Amino acid sequence: MADAVLDIGVNVGAKPVAVHARRKHGPARWLVLALLVAAMAFTLFPFLLALINGIKSSIDYAANGPLSIPTSIDFSAIAKFWGISDFTLKLVNSVLISGAVAVFGTTISLLNAYAIGVGKVRGSRVILVVLLLGLMIPQESIVYPLYFMAKSSGLYDTQLSVIIIFSVLQSAFGTYLLSSVLGSFPREILEAAEIDGATRWQVLWYVLVPVLRPTLMVIATFFFIWTWNEFLIPLVFLVSNSHQTVSVAMGLTRGQNLADPVLQAAASLMGITPTVIFFLIFQRTLTRGVVVGAVK
Amino acid sequence: MAAAAQASYARHQRGYYLYLLPGAIGFLLIVLIPQIANFVLSFTAWKGVGTPRWIGTQNYERLIGDDQFWGSMIHTLLFIISMTIIPVLIGLVLAALLFDYIRDQFGERLSSFFRAGFYLPQILPVTTAGVLWGWILNPVGVANIILKAIGLGALAQNWVGDATYALPAVSLMIVWIQVGYCLVVFMAGLSRIDPALYEAAQLDGAGWWQRLFAITVPMLAPEIFVVVLTTMIAALKVFAPVFVLTAGGPDNATLVPSYLTYYHFFTTQRVGYAAAIAVVQMVLTVVLATIFLRFQARQQATE
Repeated sequence: MADAVLDIGVNVGAKPVAVHARRKHGPARWLVLALLVAAMAFTLFPFLLALINGIKSSIDYAANGPLSIPTSIDFSAIAKFWGISDFTLKLVNSVLISGAVAVFGTTISLLNAYAIGVGKVRGSRVILVVLLLGLMIPQESIVYPLYFMAKSSGLYDTQLSVIIIFSVLQSAFGTYLLSSVLGSFPREILEAAEIDGATRWQVLWYVLVPVLRPTLMVIATFFFIWTWNEFLIPLVFLVSNSHQTVSVAMGLTRGQNLADPVLQAAASLMGITPTVIFFLIFQRTLTRGVVVGAVK
Repeated sequence: MAAAAQASYARHQRGYYLYLLPGAIGFLLIVLIPQIANFVLSFTAWKGVGTPRWIGTQNYERLIGDDQFWGSMIHTLLFIISMTIIPVLIGLVLAALLFDYIRDQFGERLSSFFRAGFYLPQILPVTTAGVLWGWILNPVGVANIILKAIGLGALAQNWVGDATYALPAVSLMIVWIQVGYCLVVFMAGLSRIDPALYEAAQLDGAGWWQRLFAITVPMLAPEIFVVVLTTMIAALKVFAPVFVLTAGGPDNATLVPSYLTYYHFFTTQRVGYAAAIAVVQMVLTVVLATIFLRFQARQQATE
């Protein structure tokens, strides 16, 4: 540090000095790196455990325990879990529900935001505050009336009930985000379109949607993953085994008798895999979008 | 003339209300009516069938004397430690290390790689995390096997099955999940800080810790506030980790308000009583959320 200060005394105003000072390599950097690697190893260790034990045979586990690398790759535990939990069906249900919420939730968000951000309808601020409160209230305080309504309307134990609920709940966030984006959209473009005789619907569909496509994709991605991870409402509404999502199936494995540790590891691995695939595909979107998603 | 123009403008604006219709109907049916219904139910005794019987504030009076309820509230306070305090502290140090040290010493790519790695638990469905940790922490699980392997076999415990250790065990998993959220928000916040600030501080002889407290923490104040409030709101709603790992047990050691609500709604069928607990949760959330929204409005005003 003293060297750096001295340096700058000699080379006043020379810019590269600062860079040079920042790039001072000492042994400390390896210590810091080692600490970070250790912290990350702790973070990723459970994932690694699920992987090496999920593809291990029970005999191998009994002989060498959970910390050894599998002697040979064995998919029988995964196959067994897949069969017990009817995992194909769970995946289909999760994709169907999350996909539908992504589409409907984003659509509702866009329509709301068009009225609030572009239409500047009266009471916009109040609407946004109410929506945000709606987003943050605990689901426990609406779950029973919803359960009762679903039972009375015949929607109980259908994927549709969960799709409707989450499309509305998630759209609170989408409306909030899109309203501010649309609020700052250049008025001249909108007015030009109106002068050219475009109807409100045409302005939305042909002018705004093409421009907003990347933002809409981010929102839809978020809705998809949030819905994928939801637990309480799907747990309450989807009682039949054949309607359940991956998240609910995972939540109920504790109750089932998965005494076999390899089977448990395989179950974890199957729960992890879809999310890790999403993560690899959407990593940039997700880590960037977290900040806007902070209200969740 | 002016009046006509104004009328035409009003008609013009009115057309936009149509676009609010789907959202408004949805909000009414899914949020507003159930919310009001839940509030009304909290003043009744109801088993879920037949007609609810009005009992005034009896549910709330009973709540005040309910040890399970108070226990669950105390656990919520303890979960604020593992949802908010510890992850914020770890997240701050990690974010500052990655931004102010690793990036300079080893480059942007390694820093992004670390960020992604720490974030990974955050995207997992909580129930999956629960299955994974339940397997690691069970009496013959990996945690105890490792302790035995390094000669600390005496420390092995029935982590989630023992009332003393269950809450810390669930907390450990929650910290593991939450650090990534704090880290990513803090790093995004750091990216708007002028690097020259760090360089100037460094040239003035400020060490890493000094830079952390003199630059990083004050500059990140808005992000820290957002993370603290959002995670506190989340702490009030902890459900899945408890449901999957301990089901509130053993001996109510990990009972939380959300689990208690779920239990009374769907197991004991004491719907009115459960509704009252949910109302308490809702009120606490709205208080925190209002502080949050006030703050955001002020932020936007100063921007």
